[in-house]
Amino acid sequence: MIHLFSHSLPLSVKYLFWGASFFLLLFFFLPLLVVLGVSLASRGLYGGVEWIATLDNYRRLADPLMGIIFFRSLIFASLATIVCAVIGFPLAYMVARASPRWQLLLLTLVMIPFWTNFLVRTYAWILLLRADGLVNAFLIWFGIQSEPLSLLFTDFAVALGLIYGYLPFMVLPLIVAIERISPHLEEAAYDLYASVGAMFRHVVLPLSKPGFVAGGVLVFIPSLGAFITPYLLGGGQKMMIGTLIQQEFLVSRDWPFGSALSFALMGTALILWFLVSRTSFGKSLP
Amino acid sequence: MSSILVLKDVVKTHGQVVAVNHVSLTIERGEFFSILGPSGSGKSTLLRVIAGLDIPDSGTITIQERIVNADPPHARPVNMVFQQYALFPHMTVFDNIAFGLKMQRQTQPCIRAAVEEMATLVRLEGKLQRFPEQLSGGEQQRVALGRALVNRPVVLLLDEPLAALDQQLRQDMQAELKHIQEEVNTTFVCVTHQQDEALLVSDRIGVMAAGKLLQVGTPQEIYEQPVSSTVAKFIGLSNSFSGMITRTKSGICWIEQEHFPLMMARCPKGLVAGPVFVVVRPEHIHISVDQPCNDYENTLSAVVHDVAYHGHEVFYYFCLANDSIWTARVPRAEVPTPSLVVGQSLFLQWAAHEGFALSD
Repeated sequence: MIHLFSHSLPLSVKYLFWGASFFLLLFFFLPLLVVLGVSLASRGLYGGVEWIATLDNYRRLADPLMGIIFFRSLIFASLATIVCAVIGFPLAYMVARASPRWQLLLLTLVMIPFWTNFLVRTYAWILLLRADGLVNAFLIWFGIQSEPLSLLFTDFAVALGLIYGYLPFMVLPLIVAIERISPHLEEAAYDLYASVGAMFRHVVLPLSKPGFVAGGVLVFIPSLGAFITPYLLGGGQKMMIGTLIQQEFLVSRDWPFGSALSFALMGTALILWFLVSRTSFGKSLP
Repeated sequence: MSSILVLKDVVKTHGQVVAVNHVSLTIERGEFFSILGPSGSGKSTLLRVIAGLDIPDSGTITIQERIVNADPPHARPVNMVFQQYALFPHMTVFDNIAFGLKMQRQTQPCIRAAVEEMATLVRLEGKLQRFPEQLSGGEQQRVALGRALVNRPVVLLLDEPLAALDQQLRQDMQAELKHIQEEVNTTFVCVTHQQDEALLVSDRIGVMAAGKLLQVGTPQEIYEQPVSSTVAKFIGLSNSFSGMITRTKSGICWIEQEHFPLMMARCPKGLVAGPVFVVVRPEHIHISVDQPCNDYENTLSAVVHDVAYHGHEVFYYFCLANDSIWTARVPRAEVPTPSLVVGQSLFLQWAAHEGFALSD
């Protein structure tokens, strides 16, 4: 921090620094303070916020039902992260090792989903997955199924939606990480009697770790608090943290409890990040 | 004793570029063989073809009387020291050296013993638990060497092994490389663009340019009897001029050049007439300040152009009648007194057998 204020920095960089700090203070830190304040207040009789300090909202988190909801969210987020890593790695490897022309094309393909609104893309999945949707029509037409499968509003649909939605966030950091691994290292491994599998296990995968860590965080944390996907593809039947928070704010009109839940979610994410960063950065560097 | 590595008519193209152009080469067991050439001459590609990292378009590669064209890199009894070492950054020195043995599923005690023995040979004892980035350039170079040698390859391939080191370290490593090669008695095939390095450490040298193998021979042969002007120019500094042969007699030819008097030079067998290219090494030039001396067949008048002190020897640059610049290397003890001054006129002389005529 100290060197940011040293005289050697050009004035423009200082302005940028203060500008960015001001922006974060106004649009991130202050709203967060408001949420913290609300989480310590009480729910009014008709759903407003009454400014009576209480810790009741946090005590309610101890409810076993909350535990189940948090646990379910953690499971879905972990599953999404793992599947994204498994699918994302070969994809990222292909892009990272492609010739420059192919690389541009493949990168564009990875980015294309971002050109359409996430909500619209999720609705597209509803059209695909519902009983008279494309997937079922396809299965029946080919005689694989005689009856339509109920795909929509299942755990499967939620997991699929999360993986689909966050896969690019795993692929992009992995591409960066793999590109930084010299192809000579792969050749050296082959020259030293490694099979293709052994080469990946001992060389490329361990050296891609920064990509897995960054991608893992970028997939796991949004998946943990995801709201659109469980709501639209899961039918909102099985509660997850994201849908619960939304419900507290908009349906139950219990802003203080919703705020406490938001803080609990943020706390969980911070603790997990702390654990991950300690295990992955503590040892990887000599 | 059979040849350990035989290349026959090997061709490798990268798109439109012919990187290796019909190269045939035989390398004997226990030899230190250098492939010398400027960058882009195809020498690295040739090495990669031997290692199995590149597949040749045509031709055969035989290692220990077995054609290995179809074998992938891990099935060939050769190992490679890569140009930038390609050490695994996430592994310790121990794990780097042990990698090949682990991949061959040797037992832990075996691996430990072999790695420690190798660490002694390449002088890395006590550094086995370090990571590559904690080592100096020279130490990294020795890890790369140890990592390849520990597998006891039939042929060790070295791609510009010393290029990334500074001058002083490179000279130390040249000697050490030669010493290690004699110690393990393995065939080394080394690619380099440093002619002094190749001359110093090699048993034999192959000179490559534009994908073609121009000449193969001992350092002495390559230096003293280059087959073409390309080889002559690449091996050591050379002074040269082109002319026409007027007559030949018992290995000596007389050459006409429009700006010079009649010159005499060594002449290879079979060369009787036509245009030639004459090369004179800078150390063979004798400087006569006042008047030409009768001991030498060839005399040219020249003007001092520049003087460069190199400590143990002095380089003089001269301007000749045809406006070309020639170099003379004079040992410190033989520097003429009083010192030559720029612009001074004098004579350059050399004996007939000290210059050689080449057909191109």
